Amino acid sequence: MIEVISDTRCIECDICVKVCPANVFDKTTGVPVIARQDDCQTCFLCEIYCPADALYVAEFADGPVAITEAEVEKRQLFGSYSRALGWKRGKPDGTQFDPTHRIRVAQV
Amino acid sequence: MTSSRKSRDTSNNLHLEVDVLVIGGGPSGAWSALSAAENGAKVVLVDKGYLGTSGATAPSNTGTWCVAPGEDRAQIVERRWQRTGGLADPRWMLRCVDRAYENLLKLVEWGYPFPSEDDGKLYIANLRGPDYMAFMRRRVLFAGVTVLDHHPALELFSDGEAVTGAAGVDRQRDRDWRVDANAVVLATGGCAFHERILGATGLTGDGYLMAAEAGAILSGMEFTGKYTLAPHGSSLNKGLPFRWASFHREDGTPIINSDGEPLMNGIGEREKEIARAMIEAPVYAVLDQAEPALQDWLRQGQPNCFVPYDRMGIDPFKEMFRVTFKAEGTVRGTGGIRVAGSNCATDVPGLYVAGDAASRENMTGSTSGGGAVNSSWAIASGWWSGQGASHYAKRNVSRGAFRAVSRPLGEAGLRPAGSIKPGLTAKDVISSVQAEVLPLDKNYFRDGGRLEASREKLDGLWSDVRQHLSGEGPDRFRAREAAAIAAAGRWCLNAALARQESRGMHRRADFKTTDEAFTRAVLVSGVDDIRVEAAPAENRRERA
Repeated sequence: MIEVISDTRCIECDICVKVCPANVFDKTTGVPVIARQDDCQTCFLCEIYCPADALYVAEFADGPVAITEAEVEKRQLFGSYSRALGWKRGKPDGTQFDPTHRIRVAQV
Repeated sequence: MTSSRKSRDTSNNLHLEVDVLVIGGGPSGAWSALSAAENGAKVVLVDKGYLGTSGATAPSNTGTWCVAPGEDRAQIVERRWQRTGGLADPRWMLRCVDRAYENLLKLVEWGYPFPSEDDGKLYIANLRGPDYMAFMRRRVLFAGVTVLDHHPALELFSDGEAVTGAAGVDRQRDRDWRVDANAVVLATGGCAFHERILGATGLTGDGYLMAAEAGAILSGMEFTGKYTLAPHGSSLNKGLPFRWASFHREDGTPIINSDGEPLMNGIGEREKEIARAMIEAPVYAVLDQAEPALQDWLRQGQPNCFVPYDRMGIDPFKEMFRVTFKAEGTVRGTGGIRVAGSNCATDVPGLYVAGDAASRENMTGSTSGGGAVNSSWAIASGWWSGQGASHYAKRNVSRGAFRAVSRPLGEAGLRPAGSIKPGLTAKDVISSVQAEVLPLDKNYFRDGGRLEASREKLDGLWSDVRQHLSGEGPDRFRAREAAAIAAAGRWCLNAALARQESRGMHRRADFKTTDEAFTRAVLVSGVDDIRVEAAPAENRRERA
C-alpha cells in the first residue's frame, strides 16, 4: 500500500491526486495527503507518475506496514520502480528496450 | 450529429448530451472512444479512476494475441481453438486477430515505441501497461473525446425501449453527473470480487449489474476458476516468473508431484497440484529454474514482478518466499455480458460492450484468456463497439425526443426497497461474497453440495442488500460496487450449478468428466430472480 509522501521531495504538483485510479490522495494547500490508504490497490503507478520520486508504495497489499521515510531513503527505494522501467520525471520511457519478447520465446 | 452541451443546474451537477458515452477507461474503453470519435461521434468517456492508470492492463505487462495475415493464420487460430474446450467460435477468433493486428499497426503508425527484435523488426506482440495506457490517453484526448476521470457510473437510463444514458458521481468535486447519449458502451472490466490484485481492485462487475438491470443477458459466468500465483500478501498476480519456480514447504522440503518428481512450473499442467498442496499447508517457491540470462530478461522485462521481492529485500532466484493463489474472477476468467452482434451489441438496444465486461467465450471458451487473448479482444471489441455505438447513435438521433421520459434503472445498493440498515456496510457485504467465491476449496475445486450451500448464503445476503444497502454522497459508488459484487457472485454460482460437468477452469468433483451435451453456453439473466438457460448447441468445429 501507499505508505510515504516525502515532504522534502514533494513539489506539490498534485499529479498523484489526479492519476491514482483509486482516488487515495487528497489535495491540501501544500503537500497532498494519503486520505484513503485502505483503498490503495498497490499498483505502484503513483510512484512512476511522480516527477519528484516523492512517493513510496510498500509491497504488502493487505494492510499498512510500518516503514519510515528515513528507511525508504536509506534503502534508496524512492524512484526505484521508475528507474527499473526507464520512466523519467513522471514521463513514460524505456518500453522500447523491453526484452519481454525474449522471455516469451524461452517460455515455450 | 448532436453537439456537446454543458450546463449546470442549481446544485452544480454536471449534465452533458452526446452521441456515444463510453463507461470505463481501460484499453477497451480507450479503443471504443477512439473508433466512435473517428466515426464522427461526439464522445464522452467516464472512468471510475483515471484513464491511463485504471484497469488490469495499466500496471501490468501484457502480451497480445498477434497473428500476422498470411496463409498460416487460419491454422494458428484453429490450433488455439483446439484449446478452448469447444466453446469458442473460430469466426470470432479469426476476425479478432485480424482487427487487433490492424490496430497494433495503427499504434506503430502513431509512434508507439515498440521494442525491436535482433533483426531490427519491431516487436508488436507485447504492450507494457503503464506506457501503453499513457499513450492511449493522449490519443483519446487528441481525438477530441471528453474524458471525465474519477467519475464512477452508478446506473443506466432507459426510455423503456433503449438505453439513453447513464448517471454517477464525481468523486473529486462531490457532485452528481448525468450524460444523455444515443448509445452507451460498457467497458467496465470484469469482476475480481474486490480481491487485492494488480489493477483489478476497482473491477467490481459494475457493468454487469447495470446491464442486467437494463435486461441484458450474461454468459459464461461459471468460468471463474482462474487463479494466479503471487508472493503472499502482495498484489502481484503475474504468473510468468513462476514458469521457472520450484515449490516447497516452509522447512524447504520439496513438494512432490503425482509422478514422484519435485513440483515445478507454476503456470503449466501442475497448477492443480499446487492448489491442492496449498489447501493443506502454506506453499513456498523459489525461481531457481531460471538461467542467468533469463533472470536478467525477467528483471528488465517484468520490473513490476520484481518490485515486491526488491522491497522485501529477498532474491527470488535464490531464496524461498511464501506464495498464494489469487482469485481473478471474470478478469482472467471468461464470463461477462453476452455479445449479441458482430458490432458488440448486447441484448439491449443502444447498449454495447467491450473488453472484459463482455463474455469472452467466443474467444477462449472454458479456458482463460488472461494476457494475450484478452488483450487483443480488448483492442478488437473496443474498436467494434465504438463503431456499433456510433452507427446506432447516427440512426437514432431522433430518440433524443424521448429523453424526457427516460428513467434511471439502478436499484440494488442505490434505492433499497426498505429502510437503510446502518449495520449493513459495503465492506461486510463484500467479505460475505468473498467467503463463498474465492477460497480454493470452494471455487477452484467445485462440488454441487458446496455450490448449493454458497448459493443459499448469497441469496440470503442479496435480500438484505436489496432491502437495506445504500450509501451517502460521493461514497454511494461503494454500496453500488458491493451490490455488483454480490450480484456477480450469485450469477457465477447459478451458472456453476447449471454446468453439470467439468470443462476448462470449471472443475466439479461431482461431475468429473466433460459432457458433450454441455458444449454450449450457459446464459444467466435477471437481478432478483435469476434465470438460467442453455444456449442452443452449435457445431463450432464445422466452421473452423
